[in-house]
Amino acid sequence: MSVTTLSSPVLAQRQPNWLVRLFDYKPFLIVMCLAPAIGLLSVFLTYPLGLGIWLAFTDTTIGRRGVFVGLENFQYLLTDPLWWNAVFYSVVYTGIATFGKFALGFWLALLLNNHFPFKSILRAIILLPWIVPTVLSALAFWWIYDPQFSIISYLLVDVLHWRSGNVDFLGSPWPARFSLIAANIWRGIPFVAISLLAGLQTISPSLYEAAMLDGASAWQRFRYITFPMMMPILAIVMTFSIIFTFTDFQLVYAITRGGPVNSTHLLATLAFQRGIAGGELGEGAAIAVSMIPFLIFATLFSYFGLARRKWQQGEAND
Amino acid sequence: MTDTVAQTAAVADAKAAPDTMAWDSGLRRLMMIYLPLGCFVLILLFPFYWMAITSFKPNAELMNYKDHNPFWISSPTLAHIKHLLFDTAYPRWLKTTMLVAIGSTTLSLIASTLAAYAIERLRFRGSPYVGLGIYLAYLVPPSILFIPLATVVVQFGLFDSPLALILVYPTFLVPFCTWLLIGYFKSIPYELEECALVDGATRLQILRRITLPLAVPGLISAGIFSFTLSWNEFIYALAFIQSGANKTVPVAILTELVTGDVYQWGALMAGSLLGSLPVAIFYSLFVDYYVSSLTGAVKE
Repeated sequence: MSVTTLSSPVLAQRQPNWLVRLFDYKPFLIVMCLAPAIGLLSVFLTYPLGLGIWLAFTDTTIGRRGVFVGLENFQYLLTDPLWWNAVFYSVVYTGIATFGKFALGFWLALLLNNHFPFKSILRAIILLPWIVPTVLSALAFWWIYDPQFSIISYLLVDVLHWRSGNVDFLGSPWPARFSLIAANIWRGIPFVAISLLAGLQTISPSLYEAAMLDGASAWQRFRYITFPMMMPILAIVMTFSIIFTFTDFQLVYAITRGGPVNSTHLLATLAFQRGIAGGELGEGAAIAVSMIPFLIFATLFSYFGLARRKWQQGEAND
Repeated sequence: MTDTVAQTAAVADAKAAPDTMAWDSGLRRLMMIYLPLGCFVLILLFPFYWMAITSFKPNAELMNYKDHNPFWISSPTLAHIKHLLFDTAYPRWLKTTMLVAIGSTTLSLIASTLAAYAIERLRFRGSPYVGLGIYLAYLVPPSILFIPLATVVVQFGLFDSPLALILVYPTFLVPFCTWLLIGYFKSIPYELEECALVDGATRLQILRRITLPLAVPGLISAGIFSFTLSWNEFIYALAFIQSGANKTVPVAILTELVTGDVYQWGALMAGSLLGSLPVAIFYSLFVDYYVSSLTGAVKE
C-alpha cells in the first residue's frame, strides 16, 4: 500500500509514455525477454532436431526431396560393417579417453590443490590446450604423428635408442586409433582438472583434520573423504565429457579423416562423410540419429550411477 | 605465516630424526608434487612449443633431424608467415572468423542476458522449467544437428554466408551463457531491485541501471566463453561454407592449406599459431574471470 503512495508522485512527475508502461507490465516484459533466446533456439535447434529425426526416415539426397521410407535407413545401417565399425570405435574412443582424462585430470587437480608458488599462473597455463581451437592443436598433433618426421619417433629412435625404426602412428588401424585417443585425452585434461579442482576446494579441511586425528592414512583420506565428496561434481563433469567425446568430430576429421581404411570413423565423421560429402542426407541423418540412444544411455548411466546420494555420503560399501 | 608453521613442523621432524627427516620430506614433496606437475606442464605445452618452433624453421631444418637439433632453430625465418599472409587468403579468413565470433557473441550475450534476467529476476510460474529447457539445449551436440541445419540454412538462402554461422552459433552459446548469467543474477541481492522499484523506477531502468552493471563480471566471462567457443567451432563452418574466401580459420587451414601429398608443415603450423593467438591473447587478458566463472559454473 505504502509502495503505491510513495511511487505514484514520482511516476506522475515523469509522465511515462505508453511504451514504457507496456514494458513495465510484467507478463509482457517476460515474453519480450525470453523471445530472442527461445526464438533462436526453436528455429536453429528444436526445429532442426525434429527435422533431423524426420530426415532419418526418408531417402533425401542433396538437391532432391525424399520420400518417407520407414526404417529402411536403419535396417541398412545394421547390415553396414562401416556403421558397426564406427559404433565400435565411438564406444572405445569415449571409454578410454574418458577414463584417461578423468584419471589424469583428477591427479592434476590433486597436485594443483597443494600449496606452492605461482599457482594461479600455472592454472592459467594448464588451461591452454582447452582454449586453443581443437582443429589447430589437432594439426600440431598431426605433425607430431608424421610418419617420417615425428618428434616422438626421433626421441625413441635417435635419442633413447629404444626402437630401431620410426613409429607409423597413423598408418595402421590400432596405432591410429590410440593416437587419436591420446590427442583427445591431452585436450580434455585441463577442463577436468580445473573443474575438479573447484570441487576439491569446497571440501572442508576440518574433515581431513578429524580423519588425521583418527589415524587415517593418506589413501584412506582420499578413499573415504575426497572421493565421495567429489561424486556430485564428477557426475556432472563426466556426463558432459562423455556426451562431447562420443559426438566428437573435429579431432578425427583433422588428423585421420576416418582413415586408415575407415578404421577411425566416429559416428559423427561417418555421418558427415555420408550426409554432406556423399550427399545422402537421409542416411547421414540416420547415422546422426543413431547416436541419440547411446547418448541417453551414457547420460543416465553417468548421472544416476555417480550422483546417487548413497555414494555421496560414502556408504558405497555396505 | 605458513612458512613459520612449516618451519616448526620441520623442527619437530628434525627433533625426531635429525637431518634425514627434513631432507626426506623435501625430497618426498619434490617427487610427489613438483615432478609429476612438471611432467604435466611439459606434456600439455609441448604441442604448442612444437607448433611455434615449426613456424619459424626453414624447410631445410624441418626435414633434417641429423644435422640440426629438432628442438631448436638454427636460422629462424619468417618465410612461412610471409607466405601465409601474402600468398594465401589467410588475412581474409582471420577477418571472417573475427566477424563471426564477434557477431555471434554479441547476439548470444543479448539473448542470454535477457533470458537469464527473466528466469532469475522476473520469477514467473514455470520459470524453473524454462531454465531447465534452455540448459538441456546445451546437451544437444552439434554433430547431431549439422545435417538438418544445413538444409535449414539452404532454405533461408544463407548457404555459404558467414551470417548463417552468426545465427547458428547461439544454439550452443545461449544455453551456456544463460546458465552462467543465472548464477550471477542470483548473487545480486533482491533488495537493491526492490528499493529501486519502490523509488518508482521502471523494470527496464532497473535492468539497465542496477542489475546489468552489477553483473558485469558475469557478462565478461560469458563474452569470453562465447568468443572462444565460436572461434573454435568447426563442424557447422565446414558444412555451411563452401567458397574459399568465406571460410573460418580452422576450416580454411584444413581444407585450403592441406594440398597434395607433401604437406607444407611450416605454413600449416604458422597458420595454427596465428589462428590460436587471438584467442590466447583474449583469454590471457581475462584469465581470472575465466577460471573463476568456470569453477563457479561447476560449483552451481
